[in-house]
Amino acid sequence: MTTRAAEMGRWGDTVMGRRREARIKRLLVMILLVSLAGSISFAQQPGNPTAQSGVLPPRGTFVIRNARIVTVSDADIENGTVVIRDGKIAAVGTNVEIPANSQTIDARGLSIYPGMIDAGTSMGLVEVGQGAFGTVDTGEVGDLNPHAKAIVAVNPHSAHIAVTRVDGVTSTLSLPTGGLISGQGALINLLGTTPLEMAVVPFASLVINYPRTTGGGGGFFAPQQVNLTEALATANRQLEQIRKLLRDAEAYGRAKDAYAKDAKLPRAEQNLILEALVPYVRGERPVIFRATRESEIRGAIKFAEEMKLRPIILGGEEAVKVASLLKEKNVPVILTGILDLPIREDDFYDSLYESPAKLREAGVTFCISSGDNGANVRNLPYYAGMAAAFGLSRSEALKSVTLYPAQILNVADRLGSIEVGKSANLVVTDGDLLETRTHVRHLFIDGRLVPLNSRHTDLNDAFKDRK
Amino acid sequence: MMRRLTIQVLFCSLIGGLTIPQSLAQSRGAATETLIRNATVLTVTRGTLTNADVLIRNGKIVALGKNVRAAANAKVIDATGKFVLPGIVDCHSHSMLDTINESTMSVTSMARTSDVLNPNDIDLYRALAGGVTSLNLLHGSANAIGGLNTVVKIKYGRPAAEFIFPGAMPGIKFALGENPKRSNFQPQAGQTRRYPMTRMGVEETIRDAFTRARDYKRSWDEYRAASSREKNLVPPRRDLQLEPLVEVLEGKRYVHAHCYRADEILMLISVANEFGFKIKTFQHTLEGYKVAREIAQHGAGASIFADNWAYKIEAYDAIPYNAAIMTRAGVVVSMNSDSDERARRLNIEAAKAMRYGDLTEEEALKLITWNPAVQLGIQERVGSLEVGKDADLAIWNEHPLSVYARVETTFVDGEVFFDRQQDLAKRPEILRERAQLEAADPNRPPAGGASPQAPRRRRPTNADDDMWEGGVEQP
Repeated sequence: MTTRAAEMGRWGDTVMGRRREARIKRLLVMILLVSLAGSISFAQQPGNPTAQSGVLPPRGTFVIRNARIVTVSDADIENGTVVIRDGKIAAVGTNVEIPANSQTIDARGLSIYPGMIDAGTSMGLVEVGQGAFGTVDTGEVGDLNPHAKAIVAVNPHSAHIAVTRVDGVTSTLSLPTGGLISGQGALINLLGTTPLEMAVVPFASLVINYPRTTGGGGGFFAPQQVNLTEALATANRQLEQIRKLLRDAEAYGRAKDAYAKDAKLPRAEQNLILEALVPYVRGERPVIFRATRESEIRGAIKFAEEMKLRPIILGGEEAVKVASLLKEKNVPVILTGILDLPIREDDFYDSLYESPAKLREAGVTFCISSGDNGANVRNLPYYAGMAAAFGLSRSEALKSVTLYPAQILNVADRLGSIEVGKSANLVVTDGDLLETRTHVRHLFIDGRLVPLNSRHTDLNDAFKDRK
Repeated sequence: MMRRLTIQVLFCSLIGGLTIPQSLAQSRGAATETLIRNATVLTVTRGTLTNADVLIRNGKIVALGKNVRAAANAKVIDATGKFVLPGIVDCHSHSMLDTINESTMSVTSMARTSDVLNPNDIDLYRALAGGVTSLNLLHGSANAIGGLNTVVKIKYGRPAAEFIFPGAMPGIKFALGENPKRSNFQPQAGQTRRYPMTRMGVEETIRDAFTRARDYKRSWDEYRAASSREKNLVPPRRDLQLEPLVEVLEGKRYVHAHCYRADEILMLISVANEFGFKIKTFQHTLEGYKVAREIAQHGAGASIFADNWAYKIEAYDAIPYNAAIMTRAGVVVSMNSDSDERARRLNIEAAKAMRYGDLTEEEALKLITWNPAVQLGIQERVGSLEVGKDADLAIWNEHPLSVYARVETTFVDGEVFFDRQQDLAKRPEILRERAQLEAADPNRPPAGGASPQAPRRRRPTNADDDMWEGGVEQP
């Protein structure tokens, strides 16, 4: 608790900041009104589109009628209605009461889906990967950075955010990537003018890169010669570093609790690194292990058991080989790399395409992720689609990018399906959500009707009619 | 001499007859007919034929339509509910190349990709499994003027010489922007920075090369003219760097120019106009939508990514509407992979142009079939399904623009080079063999240790043009 209080204390600064922001917002609205009054065109400059907005669209009362409702958690509803009020789904069905003063969308011929969730991104932490290092905030200096928090660095005005949401991905888990303990990920909605406005769970998980023995995966740029014995010793040493820090955090938490009960006891010196770890070593929040190969996944499961953590495997390209253990220990997988080339030259051409189907068959809890930094997260539906082309049922493919990530991240009470009481993160489409040719027609995030523009639509508008 | 040859040929055919398994020999012969029955045939150039048959003989499409009759011994494939699409043509690939960039100089027109073909690259098979049958193998983008390309058919399992696409127009790679500037690469210890390092220098490098090529051509023209009058003249010294550029000036070699920004696209058009040659394709062309009119006026094509962006500064203005805007402006547009990974799902990349910019189904299909064939000068043989064309095609279980689509069988010159059922049938044996190898002494893990490493890949898994970050080699 002390840990959370400390975190929130720091976020108190941000709350004060929000008042300043509110003043700025009011100012912006005034400027806008003045410009409009002076009939000055407020169109965006061609070549410099931003798709940014300093003002959130309001949470109104909306009624979407005559739609096919793909609830995901239950059967589809033909010709149904969804009512959205105060950010939540207020009613779903064929015979629902239409509230007064609502905005109605006739969705004849359209389908409503829950927004997609990608649980393996670094959304908002990277703007341009190469040649613009100043826009990259994924990895801190050093190996042990549990105190590094993605929610601090998520850029709400990143062009990636609007680009991603207009294709139907409404929430992402945004993760730091560096070192051994990378930091803490944030589950965010892809709408907001500040990180806290976006946050669904600001401190959603710890991220540990499980030490590798494969010299970086045996890729082309792996070290020429890897001495396996040395690599193994290094990996063990790294794991021991992590283990020691987690044990210290346990002790630190106990000492702080003891002091809180009895001030006569010695007071533990404040330590931000250990402080950050306390809720994770106590199993209050999940720990994401990046682990690709069989040996890493097995190692991560064993380590998590030893340290009594709540593990989630991220990556999992070889999870299929560990399926029975994953099922037995009830360890979920955020599966990335479905569209990667097979790991080994002699792996079957579809080995990664079909891994979701195999995990499903084996009863492993998993969700599908693009594993992308941000720019290509909008392609999430095609990862699920490819899984469906290779054995996963279409309904399971859909769940693996909606309900399953919500369940794995423990937010299925709020996200992941169309049910009364859940957050109104909804996508209205003219076809199958996972199909490439489908268009998103309306988008709601947190009960707000979001305009379907982005840096890309703005550039399209700016140039498409150039003759 | 003649006799020795005859004996050799005889000997070879004898050996061949002994060693080639019967099933393979049959498929090799290709004398028998193959009839694909009752499919939805996406001809690309002549609409969609429903419940139609495709008859293949001697590597060619010999009949298309309803109730096609085949020889009694024809191999018949029931394709009810399935789709037939021309083999996908990938207009930007580095597959099967052992190396990509001769990056020591800014003009390397003497380097040839045809010298480094590896026909055993497993990613070729994986591309076949994605319905791809032809590739434009390009030199990398490290140099303002790079090496020569090779157009191939994916005849996986055959010697490299059999891959060469007969009659394809020869080409050459150019590159503009960050890569030839080497802006994302630190010189290694002891190296000096290479010229050019600005877009100004890139323009000058190309202009300088063509100035020299023009002079070189003149010296040959003068020599040839003079030799008709005079004997025993000393010919000019051959210049292997300038010869391909002379071919460009004479319209005998296509220019495929890597580019991103609108300004550099206009720059190259201007240089080309000055020297009187044409750009056949702009590659990547991320900001092509900003200058679509100028590209169309020059008569150039554009070979692009569907939606990649923001991986570097010059890719920040890339938009997925690029294909649609340029298509509407009259540019011949193709979607390429530039990656062994993406090559396997170019159908999905094409479908993205329907999502962004509302291209029609036929326009989207053209992006990966007819249009790239035109860009490589091979449209007489591939790129659409028509009687008389090469039987390079694939059978898909769903409409190939669907995300749920999967390739069942891929044909090149009428022969099956990928078949999903055959692939599945071989798996138990492959797994057995793998287990045996892993159990063999040299491969056993050290006591208590981890499993041995996966073998090093021959090339980066994602040998994209600069999609790939932080490396040594710039594809």
